[in-house]
Amino acid sequence: MASISIKVEFSGGLELLFSNERLHRLTIASIVPIDNHTPKSEEIIEGETKLVDVTFLIHYLRDNLLKERVELFMENNTVRPGILVLINDTDWELEGEGEYVLKDGDDIVFISTLHGG
Amino acid sequence: MQALKRGNSRLAVDTITVAVTAENALSLLAPYDIILDCTDNAPTRYLLSDTAVTLGKPLVSGAAQKYDGQLCTYNLGPDGPCYRCLFPSPPPRESMASCEETGVLGAVTGIIGNMQALEAIKIITGLHDGKPSLLLFSALGSPCFRSIKLRSRKPSCTACGSKAYDRSIMLGTDYIQFCGGVHPDWEQQGLTIGDASHRINVNDFKGILNSGRPINLLDVRPKTEFGICQLPSSINIPLKQFLMNPKEYLPSDPQIETYIVCRLGNDSQIAAETLRRVEGVGAVKDIIGGLKAWSRHVDTAFPIY
Ligand SMILES: [Zn+2]
Repeated sequence: MASISIKVEFSGGLELLFSNERLHRLTIASIVPIDNHTPKSEEIIEGETKLVDVTFLIHYLRDNLLKERVELFMENNTVRPGILVLINDTDWELEGEGEYVLKDGDDIVFISTLHGG
Repeated sequence: MQALKRGNSRLAVDTITVAVTAENALSLLAPYDIILDCTDNAPTRYLLSDTAVTLGKPLVSGAAQKYDGQLCTYNLGPDGPCYRCLFPSPPPRESMASCEETGVLGAVTGIIGNMQALEAIKIITGLHDGKPSLLLFSALGSPCFRSIKLRSRKPSCTACGSKAYDRSIMLGTDYIQFCGGVHPDWEQQGLTIGDASHRINVNDFKGILNSGRPINLLDVRPKTEFGICQLPSSINIPLKQFLMNPKEYLPSDPQIETYIVCRLGNDSQIAAETLRRVEGVGAVKDIIGGLKAWSRHVDTAFPIY
């Protein structure tokens, strides 16, 4: 089945939730379940499907890479308040937010807003 | 300020040493053309953004923590986004730590502060391109700098959106409550007396050290902090490691007392409480106020960090 490779980066302290690694290279299927769950097998997806998008990626990261404290990453099926998502160095709001369809080679950054000074 | 005067003797500097609040923000900031946010907490960041929107002034906002920095100019020109356009609601309380808790590399604040000054100069002199962008700096990143193209003003934004903005809403906001309540004062919490028989103050502890009788002194701070400074004869067992198997760090002789110390006296209470639940332990006490209290009351040459 077709898959794509992307680069995912965490910054502003979010990396602490992901084994303290800022940079992750992922290969994920290009067709995924519409309900965003990670299928057990790459071959068989029961039910409806969609092209892999940022919303799926957020769920995928939660289910496969997040080590602890889900509430510090997600809220209401999206990233929690205070996290900004960047798609190839552009504010994700300019790219359709969660509905942005991922392409091979995309660079997705999750950044937590800093308050310190 | 003297340094600034040395650079340019004709500079006029007004120093106002007043805490900015929802009540005084508008009148304090109204006379100026640009606002720079160099503060260190979420409530003040929201307050300054709302004030900048109300006054129609650009807000150059710099933030730094650990190895990372962020720089953004909000409310710039006719459609630059405000802080609330990007972050409509504040993050959960537990995800916000102050610099004092997490630390910040001095050079990082220097870089962000300089960039902030540069941004202000560009706006004043008309050299700014007026496009909303966010500059991210990460000392450990490669590249260190990245510039992010930002959304424009959000019509649905509660502060700067198309609905006429009501100044009274801002003045009525309790910014601290909005951001999840008062930041805990860890130093004060570390000083709370609690059960007196379980705790010891730094002066009494000094007496015990001077008496020369053998004790088991555990320091539960992270390894790097222990590397900065430590009490003589203390053994470093970082809290996380300690909690996994507290029994292991007890003295073989139950007559020997165990004392636990940390930076401010909070983690040491957790460690002592855990240890007391272990069967057959001798006396276990934690040091009230930790090394900060030690430095203040016993040995003023002891480093505070
Ligand atoms: Zn806004």
